[in-house]
Order: sequence, then structure tokens, then C-alpha cells
Amino acid sequence: MHPYLPHTKEDITKMLEVIGVDHIDNLFDDIPKNIRLNKELKLDKSKSELEVTKLMKQLANNNVTINEKVSFIGGGAYNHYVPALIKHLASRQEFLTAYTPYQPEMSQGTLQAIFEYQSMICELTGMDVSNASLYDGGTALAEAVFMANHANKKKDVLVSATVNPQYKDIIKTYARFKGLNYIEIKESDGCTDMENLKDLFSADSSSVIIQTPNYYGIVEKGSEVRTIMNSFKNKAMFIVSADPTSLAVLEAPVNYGADVVAGEGQGLGSPVSFGGPYLGYIAATKKNMRRMPGRIVGETVDKDGKRAYVLTLQAREQHIRREKAMSNITSNQGLVALMATIYLATMGKKGIKEVAIQSMYKAHYLADKLCNIKGITLLNSKPFFNEFVIKTKVNAKMLYEVLIEKGFFSGVVLDDHQLLVCATEVHTKEQLDSFVKEVEGIL
Amino acid sequence: MRDYNKLIKECSVKGRVGYKLPPLDVDIFDYKEYFGEDVLRKEEVDLPEVSEFQVVRHYTNLSLKNFGVESDTYPLGSCTMKYNPKINEDMAALEGFTEIHPLQEPETVQGALKLMYELAKMLEEITGMDEITLQPAAGSQGELTGLMITKAYLESKGLSHKTKIIIPDSAHGTNPATVTMAGFEAVEIKSNQNGTVSLEALEEVLDENVAGLMLTNPNTLGLFEKDIFEIADKIHQLGGVLYYDGANMNANMGIIRPGDMGFDIVHLNLHKTFGTPHGGGGPGSGPVGVKSHLIPFLPNPSIIKKEDVYKIKDTYDQSIGRVKTFYGNFGVLVRAYAYIKTLGRDGLKEASQLAVLNANYMKERLKETYNLPYDIICKHEFVLAGLKNSIEGVNTIDVAKRLIDYGVHPPTIYFPLIVEQALMIEPTETEDKESLDAYIEVLLTIAKEAVDNKELLLNAPVNATVKRLDEVTAARKPVVKW
Amino acid sequence: MKIIESLLYTKNHEWVRVEGEEAYIGVTDYAQHAMGDIVYVEMPEVDDELDAEDGLGVVESVKAASDIYSPISGTIIEINEELEDSPEIINNDPFDAFIVKITISNKSELDELLNAEEYKAYISEIEE
Repeated sequence: MHPYLPHTKEDITKMLEVIGVDHIDNLFDDIPKNIRLNKELKLDKSKSELEVTKLMKQLANNNVTINEKVSFIGGGAYNHYVPALIKHLASRQEFLTAYTPYQPEMSQGTLQAIFEYQSMICELTGMDVSNASLYDGGTALAEAVFMANHANKKKDVLVSATVNPQYKDIIKTYARFKGLNYIEIKESDGCTDMENLKDLFSADSSSVIIQTPNYYGIVEKGSEVRTIMNSFKNKAMFIVSADPTSLAVLEAPVNYGADVVAGEGQGLGSPVSFGGPYLGYIAATKKNMRRMPGRIVGETVDKDGKRAYVLTLQAREQHIRREKAMSNITSNQGLVALMATIYLATMGKKGIKEVAIQSMYKAHYLADKLCNIKGITLLNSKPFFNEFVIKTKVNAKMLYEVLIEKGFFSGVVLDDHQLLVCATEVHTKEQLDSFVKEVEGIL
Repeated sequence: MRDYNKLIKECSVKGRVGYKLPPLDVDIFDYKEYFGEDVLRKEEVDLPEVSEFQVVRHYTNLSLKNFGVESDTYPLGSCTMKYNPKINEDMAALEGFTEIHPLQEPETVQGALKLMYELAKMLEEITGMDEITLQPAAGSQGELTGLMITKAYLESKGLSHKTKIIIPDSAHGTNPATVTMAGFEAVEIKSNQNGTVSLEALEEVLDENVAGLMLTNPNTLGLFEKDIFEIADKIHQLGGVLYYDGANMNANMGIIRPGDMGFDIVHLNLHKTFGTPHGGGGPGSGPVGVKSHLIPFLPNPSIIKKEDVYKIKDTYDQSIGRVKTFYGNFGVLVRAYAYIKTLGRDGLKEASQLAVLNANYMKERLKETYNLPYDIICKHEFVLAGLKNSIEGVNTIDVAKRLIDYGVHPPTIYFPLIVEQALMIEPTETEDKESLDAYIEVLLTIAKEAVDNKELLLNAPVNATVKRLDEVTAARKPVVKW
Repeated sequence: MKIIESLLYTKNHEWVRVEGEEAYIGVTDYAQHAMGDIVYVEMPEVDDELDAEDGLGVVESVKAASDIYSPISGTIIEINEELEDSPEIINNDPFDAFIVKITISNKSELDELLNAEEYKAYISEIEE
């Protein structure tokens, strides 16, 4: 007997009687003998909760957390403050253990939460429609690229070199098999090279993708991209990957002409969790609403005229459109989207802005102090938000490793002399100062 | 309880806050001048202004309008809505797992890497495959990864003309959708009268352009595809790849393995078979396993072990590339690892056996009252074709809605597409006999109500938080934000 | 089931109303009936050039989507903009609610289409 398996011997006997077979093994008589596994799986035997807990804690304790060291690692996963209530609300079983709200009458909780999520994503991006979530920032961009291809049937995908390298890799993978051409727009001083974009942009361009703040933390000039794209009419789509937190301060992409905004929403209430589960968000203008991948919730009324929510525009989706669907996505990141919804509600109008501004000020404070050290300079001159690249006279990897000893994860090593450093509202001045002191000591 | 019908936005009161941060302790500067007005937001983000307690009360109220596996029976066919063990939630929430950054030095995350490495090994054993990637975020992404691997493999052999992927008409909609996304062409074949792949229909579409075949086994009708060896042979003879959709793996653990049935590629749904919570739609996790000839094509990076040290490396020389940021839905992997360790080889097998027992028991008890198009032993799920005693104007949707009135979750309805009025029931192993009996009784009562007073069905639900919704207006005039 | 004598039809349940060198195209009463409440019609753009049997658009209901194919070759000269906000007009009067107006680039293609009699016979055949 096992705690998850409720059947007593007597239950089994009674049930087999109803079915009309003698033994539970007979329920597998339809499987030819030569297919069946005639041995035990090479796995451990079942364990008690006590044993499993011990085992899991051993594994967990064999990791060094970002609470044990002070971490300035960003690069697509950000350590923002996560209000305590999120975990409690998101782990309510009614949210946690439900599935896709295909029966709206008993899923109004999930449906309304998604509707609120969509509304807040639209508020941040300025877009007209958001879906219920995608896997992560990288696949969200890949889906956006496919949306553009659906819309204009063109094949050239122009991706700025300053987009997160993992997102670029994902777009490359998706594009290759779909038969699209991945073309990289060069960078200059840590920014998308607009001259190069002008050269590359053509009648065959399907989409142009930039990220802002970009991989190096620099704020891109989306309006310049749009101007270049407007220079001739070819129906190409402008796709922007924006850190949603930064959108409390930075211009909403709709206002510089983005057609689709797609990115990573982990920073909205989820821990860094060794890379997942994260939150891919995607939002678009009304024109592209019916090309959106995945689920969308709409407001409607019930028979009595009472306001309610339901999955809508489903004819785009795989369960109806099959091979002609906009995407194959089914399971999304529902619970993470719920956490983002609760986060945005909790932080609210003021809080999201304070997070953005504190992160920015702290990153700039840190950058200034680091650059006062001889042997450290900023790599780029363009305005950055809360992440920046420093050029180190000494070997960056060596610096990084020594700093781990001193109690710091100093950032992401980009090459022999470059380190990508990030700060958020969770860092204190004291931490920043002591980090600077340690770096100074090493140099 | 009063009827709660507010949006969080409607709870907003100007000036209220639900958070507090430590005061800013570093120097500030004129950021407006620094960035330039043109890249800055002109209008403030209009998010709600609510107190912490308002947030807690609001989302608690929303949760009460929802139904989870812990509420009552939730036999959603194809979704494996089994009990999600509590201990796994606690384990996944350990600081040693949540507070580690994916770009930390591998030496500082050896526990996490070991967990992933061992989970992949355990899944290789369960599926009989040679190597597993944990990167895909969900079943659909697993399918996409698998078909990308197929394509890369065929291209490496100079077989780019192979563009057709064969799919039975009983397949999940994700299969054909994935085929298109991966740049292949879907070719659908009809099932035979036993609800399984028709070898004749298969024969008709076989030619040198066949790249592969996607199959769920047991299939979406819950029936075992007995001719699997023959099917595998036919596909392999043409140089094609046989793909296993692991959505129904809950029938198979410790009993059969896709790797022993001739499959070259497998995806699993950890949120189904391995008991991780479905989260109202996700996150899932869709590991993909392959046979040795396909290993070089797996997505990079992978987790390797060298002299007891775990590393993250780009090991596959003909890799399709990356499909997901970082290494997959790690938090889901932690839960699945704990689940497999808890159940062990004995518990996993027993779980599959009991899942099949539960399905057959329900099938037998319902088949007098509901049409059972395929009256043979089923695996972990079965499909009914509406009421036996068909009543004018009463459809499967009405039965489903009436189930809601009785406080249980309806099965999957109108799928698979090849069964009219389909009710696809997957009880899972964690439902005890009493809850199965109760669910059966409800279905029998509803059948009786259909005869005696069909209005009860047609007007259902009346006991839910809302009545039937106007889905037509929702789609015609979409309102998708406040 | 309404069928109008003067129109031409396809086995995919589109109708064609020829007016000189141009033609209106829509979906039949049978099609709208089978679809149920139509919630959206995806249409091509004016000036799009189509060959016969090219995809012309998609008609969607809540739980289904049907492709419409152009019965003839030609260039789109008008789309029915009323459908953008009121797709239900197809349910109300499918033979009035055209989807596109197209130039006829190859008149001989019209000979391939069914007349009302033939379409009626086809409907009874598939209904059996």
C-alpha cells in the first residue's frame, strides 16, 4: 500500500468482478507479450516522505543560493522582491491543481485572473490584446516571429545583435525548421546599428526584433527602428522584447510603433528558480489579435446577464484548427501568469514604478563606483537601465571566480574582459559598497 | 458566501498601496535628462491601487470560483488529473532550489544539476530511450522538439524530400499543429473499426516522402495499438522516424516502454504522468527522449557528469539548437523527481495498473447507459459516445454541464473527433472506489433525468457561480481587457 | 435549405454570382447552417490575386473554422467590410452577405462550377 494509491485488496477484487476478469494483470492481456516489459524498472523502491525529504534537502543544500552570496547576475533572470502573499495565494489548490478552463462555469477564478493578467500586460505595453502566457521570453519572441510570417508570408527575420543570446538561439532554431531566414542586425556601441538595419531591411523582411533594455542593459531607440521600417511599405512587423518592469518608466512600445511586444515576465513575482518556470508574455495590436498564439480570455455574460469570463477566439488554436493553427501551444505558464497578476496588483501603480526606479538608481550607483576603480570602465556609452557591461583590465573570469570566494556572484562573464552586471531594488547600499571594496581589493 | 463579482481594478482606491520597499539609499540623478524624454513613458502605468489585504481577499474570492483536483473528481480525459502530492510543493519551494540563478557557476549548483541529471536517467529507464533532454516546457514543445530532431536527422542523411508526417485521425490537435510549425506536412489517416490505426489506410499513404508517424499508445480512445511493431517496421523501412506522444504514459509505467515498441522519439508530460500540478493551464514540462541514432540532434545544452562533477555543456554536435531559455521548467522537474523517488519502481507500476483498473471499472458500469463504441479492455481512459437512450435536443455538452451541478468536473468532451458526442473519461489511479462510484451514480442519475426532465440538463448548470455563457458574443465582439 | 437558381456553386459550399466581368463570392445556406453562429470571417485584401482553389479566407464559429477557397481565378476588387463587425449577416442571409468581389480572369473556369440543380443533387448526396 502507498499513501497516493487508495485501493485495498478488497476494492480491487470487487472492481475486477465488475469488469469480469480474474486478475489485474488480465487488464493488460490486449498488449502482445513480446511488447511487455518483463522485468522491473531499474529504479529505487518506493520511499517514505521522511526519506524523500531528506534526499531532496541534501540536493537543495548542495546549491549555493543568491541569499548566501550577493548576486549581481541578471542576463534574462532577475532577482526582484517577491511579496510573501504571492506564494500563499498561488498555492491555493483551486488555482494550483485545476487545468485549462475549458468548463467556464467552474473555472471563473482562473478565467478572471487571466483576464486581469491580460489587462495589466496591455496596460504596461500599451497593446490591445495579450494572451494567457507562453513558455518564456525566448519562445514568446519565436512565436511573435511566426505571427509575422503568418501575416505577411515573408521569410526574412531581422534580429538585433543586442537581443539576449539565448532568445536569439531560440529564434534561430524555430526559424530554421519553419524555413525562415535568421538575419542578425549588427550592434554598435552596445545598441542596434540603425545603418545596418537600413541596409538589411528589404521587401523580403517579415519582422524586425529588438530588445529594450537590451542584453547589455541599454535602452534602445524603438522609434528609429520604426522610422526605418516605415521608409518602405512591406507589411513587416516590428517586434519588441521589453522587460515589463522597465515599462513603468520607459515608453510603452505601442507609442513607438511596435506591432507585437513579447518578452520575459519572470521578474513579475517569480523567483529565479534556476531558469524556470518563467513567464513568456505576448501582446499585440488589435489588427493582429486573431494571429495570436495560445489562449485568450474574453469577457461575456451568462444566461442571466451576469458578467463572466470565457476562453475566446479559440478557432485559432490547435484543438480546433489542427494543422492550420497559429501555434501548437496548449499548456502554458498559467500559474506563473497568476503570480504575475497578483504581483502587479500588489505592487500596483506606485510599486512597479518604485521597483523600476530603485533598480535603475542602484545599478547606476554601482556602475559609477565600479568605474572609479582603476582598471574598470563602462564598455558602452549609451544610456543603460539597471544592467551594464564593465570592461575589466584583469581577466573577467578570474575576477568573477575570486569574487565568489569573497561572497559575490558578480555578474555574467561575457568574454575575457567583459562582465555584465545587474542591480535591482533588493540590493542595499551596504552590499553595493562592500562589493566595490572587494573588487578594488582584487585590482 | 456573497456573490463576488469584482475586478481587482474595481477595488482600486487612489493613494492606496499594497507594498513597502526599504527607502532608496543611493544617490539619485536626473534620469529624464539622462535617457531623454523620447524613450520615457508619458502616461503613468495605470495599475490598481489596493492594500495587501484587498489583494489577498480578492484572489481568495477568485479561487473560490474555481475547481481543482482536490475539490472533487476531475476525470478530464487525456489530462491525467491525479492528486498532486503536497510534499512535492514543499520540496520545490526549498530555498536551495528557488533561490539559485541559472547563470551561476555550475560548481555552485551541483545539487540542481545532479537532480536534473538523475531525473533524465530515471525517465530514460521508464521510457526505454537512450537519452533525454529536459528542456521542453510542455508536451507541445516536446512534440516540436521531437519533429525538429526528426527533420535535422533526415537532412543529415540527405533525405530532405521527406516532408510527410502521418497522424491518425484520433490524434491530439497538437500533433498536426506541431507538424506545421516544424515545417512538415500533416497527412491524416483514418482509424479502423476497432479504433486503432488502420494498416490499410497507412499503406495507402506510405511512400518515399514519409518522414515519420506520430502515435499515442494507448491512443486517445484509451486503446492499445497492438500492431505497433508492424507500424514501426513500415515506417522504418521507409527511413522514417516513429514519434511517441507521451500524453497517455500513465497507463504504461513499468508495464510497457515506448523504447521497446519501436519508437525513436518520445515526449513525456511531467504534469500528467508524474503528478505535478497543472496550475490552471501550466507550467508543464515536456522532456524528450531519443534512441541513440538521434542523440547528436538533441537541443543544447545538456547536463553531463564527469568524475562526480556535473556540468552544463553543448555536447550535441548536430544539435537543432536551443528551444527554451536556460534548462527547462526546473521547478516542475524538482516535483517530478520527488514523485518518482517517492513511488519508486513498485509504486509507479502499481499506479499505472490502478489507473487502468479504475478506467475499466467505470467503463463497465457505464456502458449499459451510455454508448460505448469500442467495447473492449481499455487502458487508463475510455471514450463514451453520448447517452444510449438518445433524447431529442440533449447532447454531451448538456450532460457535462449537469455534472457541474453535482459538484464534479466533467470529462473531456467532443474529443477525440472520431467519436460523436464523445465523453472521454480518465479517472486516474488516485481516485478511490467510493469517488468512482459516486461519479458513476451521478452519470446514471443524469441519464435518468434526460428521460424524465431534460430541462434539468438543458438549463444546467444552476449550482455553479455562473450559468451558461454567451460564447458567441465573446468571439464576435471580443473584450479581452478591462 | 435555401438554394438560389441563378447562382453557381462549388462542392466546398461557396456560391458565385456573375455580373459581367466580375463576380461576387459567398458561402451557401448549407455552409452557414453547418457552421452555426459565425463569429468571424477572415478576408483577403483588395488587389490580392488568386488562382482558382487558392485560400480566400476563413469562416469561424465558436468551436470550428472552415477554409473558403476561391472558385475562380481573379483579382479581389472589394471585400465586404460589413462582415468585419457583423459576421452574423452570413447567418441571416448567406446569399446577400457576399465575402468578396473578384474580377473574372478566366471565364472558362465558370463552366467547372455546379449549377443550382447540380448543387442541390450534391447536397442530397452528402446528406445521405
